[in-house]
Amino acid sequence: MIGQLIFAVCFALALFLFSKNAQQIYRNIKLGKPADRSDRSAERWKMMFLVAFGQKKMFKRIFPAVLHLFVYLGFVIINIEMLEIIIDGLLGTHRIFSFLGSFYNFLIGAFEWLALGVLVSCIIFLIRRNIAKVARLNSVELKHWPKTDANIILITEILLMSAFLLMNASDLKLQLYGFEHFKSVGSFPVSHYLLPYLPTSTETLFLIERFCWWFHILGVLAFLNYLPYSKHLHIILAFPNTYFSNLNAKGKLSNMPAVTNEVKAMLDPSFTPPPADANARFGAKDVQDLTWKSLLDAYTCTECGRCTSSCPANITGKLLSPRKIMMDTRDRLTEVGTNIKTNGSFQDDGKSLIDTYISREELWACTSCNACVEQCPVNINPLDIIVELRRFAVMEESQAPASINNMFGNIENNGAPWKYAQMDRANWTQQQ
Amino acid sequence: MVPHGNMRKWIVPTGLNNNSFMMENELKVPTVAELLAKGETPDILFWVGCAGSFDERAQKITRDICRILQHVGLKYAILGTEESCTGDPAKRSGNEFLFQMQAMMNIEVLNGYEIKKIVTACPHCFNTLKNEYPSLGGNYEVIHHTQLIQNLIDEGKLKPADNNVFKGKKITYHDPCYLGRANEVYEAPRKVLESLDAQLIELKRCKSNGLCCGAGGGQMFKEPEPGVKDINIERIEEVIDAQPQVVAAACPFCMTMLKDGVKIKEKEAEIEVLDIAEITARANQL
Repeated sequence: MIGQLIFAVCFALALFLFSKNAQQIYRNIKLGKPADRSDRSAERWKMMFLVAFGQKKMFKRIFPAVLHLFVYLGFVIINIEMLEIIIDGLLGTHRIFSFLGSFYNFLIGAFEWLALGVLVSCIIFLIRRNIAKVARLNSVELKHWPKTDANIILITEILLMSAFLLMNASDLKLQLYGFEHFKSVGSFPVSHYLLPYLPTSTETLFLIERFCWWFHILGVLAFLNYLPYSKHLHIILAFPNTYFSNLNAKGKLSNMPAVTNEVKAMLDPSFTPPPADANARFGAKDVQDLTWKSLLDAYTCTECGRCTSSCPANITGKLLSPRKIMMDTRDRLTEVGTNIKTNGSFQDDGKSLIDTYISREELWACTSCNACVEQCPVNINPLDIIVELRRFAVMEESQAPASINNMFGNIENNGAPWKYAQMDRANWTQQQ
Repeated sequence: MVPHGNMRKWIVPTGLNNNSFMMENELKVPTVAELLAKGETPDILFWVGCAGSFDERAQKITRDICRILQHVGLKYAILGTEESCTGDPAKRSGNEFLFQMQAMMNIEVLNGYEIKKIVTACPHCFNTLKNEYPSLGGNYEVIHHTQLIQNLIDEGKLKPADNNVFKGKKITYHDPCYLGRANEVYEAPRKVLESLDAQLIELKRCKSNGLCCGAGGGQMFKEPEPGVKDINIERIEEVIDAQPQVVAAACPFCMTMLKDGVKIKEKEAEIEVLDIAEITARANQL
């Protein structure tokens, strides 16, 4: 009875804390400017189904994709087992779904294989990060917290899966001993290999089984509450983020309506533009100037670095890293969110996304080639952020590299980015 | 003058009168205004682009596209001095004002001439006209010249000569970002190359995984930011690894970057950089 009560309290507390943190993240994302992604819902569901649920883009790199698939399937399917654990915890029952009989045995057996898959994959992931030192998992922006974060996630998953298997093994041994209510249920294709290493005392076995049960479920609840502070949030946000993907051609950049109005007014004196928002900026100086989709992108990023490892600027040693653009946006957004929460409204902290987080050198290294956008397994778009920051630098500050300003001047004066006269434009027709 | 251009006029197929052949192959590029003066309108507008108009290397590609259009008898025209930058480099560099100024002026000209269909020589112009002009009032059917050439081959209007100069040659293709990833045109240029009976090889990073030449997003007009090497060198090293005799391009910016890369690596004797249009013109002996 005490156990049930403790479980209920822990469970409710975990859900409460998680919903608080989730609301904060939702509020932060809503700080962004509007972007309409409510259209073409059938295409959106399909995109989510293929890219998030079906992991389609992960398979651009087969080896990590297969390992990730094990962890992903493990996560999704073992959640069925979580349901049983939660019901058992609340009702004080033991393996309540065991009435399913042979289907139950099949399920438990499948969970065991999946748990083993998760365990092995996470060990290989740890090796890739810390021993094999795969380049994209060891770049500059992954020093310190991001590195620790990644290792915490992997080690937690290893511990949770170990507890799950050990729990099953001790359960099986108790079943074999015919201990109290440990009926003979389930099939344990993986954990039965652990039997020889377990003690023979039923009391100790029972303690191990209970400890693992509690460790596993409390670990899962704690992990749930770790998500909002971690890159691991992608396990949830990958779904909405792919649903709200850009469905247009990648080459299409938005045409700023505020600019359209001003340009129309310039070209046609009879056109009266609608009153403009006096506080609105051209482009983005800070995270609030980006669209909510860019902010959702930032929270969805799991720092895998496929973008950065395919970025032509990064490959050739430039400072730009699309992954860092996303991490900077998320970190600044968290900071702005905390600022608003503390002060009631945003108080100027002398910082901004441009300069404080993302340097001009990074911005101007981008070739807008869309490689980062193409590679992202969850359809994040770092290029949108880069273009918005460039827009701010050019239209609000007139701060572009001198050669870019020359190019602007040439287009304005000659209708070509180079210094050639418009009247000479068709001279090539005079030659054979 | 272009040496091979002159050479071509020497190759006279039997049965053809020398004079008429000369006449046939003489390049005549009409402007929309000229056609209009005769009471005619073009079926397709050839959007030349700034590089195609002013860059010496790109001008050759421009003329080859015209030769192709002329050869198949398409009624086409250019805007000539009425054409102006689409605004792409300005937009990608953050100058939305300048982009929209250019766009609206161009749209006024295009709509004034009631243009319905456009073929471009440059993937950047292609992308901008196709994707970014519609919401500003410019709605046209826009295709890239590689798509047009593929269609002409499919229709049987273009047919590489059986003994064309590319037969059996090792050819690779560099995907321009604004044709490939940006607009998912991967097959048209490849189909054109397939028609040559050449030996096609893919680069390690190709199609959606293609590596940029380094010129997009305004980079064409500035020095690269500090780094360990230039992007076009990274790209040309991959090209060299593939050991082609010809690397095909479909973008004037890529052309410049690849050509410079080949030159820096002193591979000009081994690797020729040619646009899909030039390859087509040569293979069809235009």
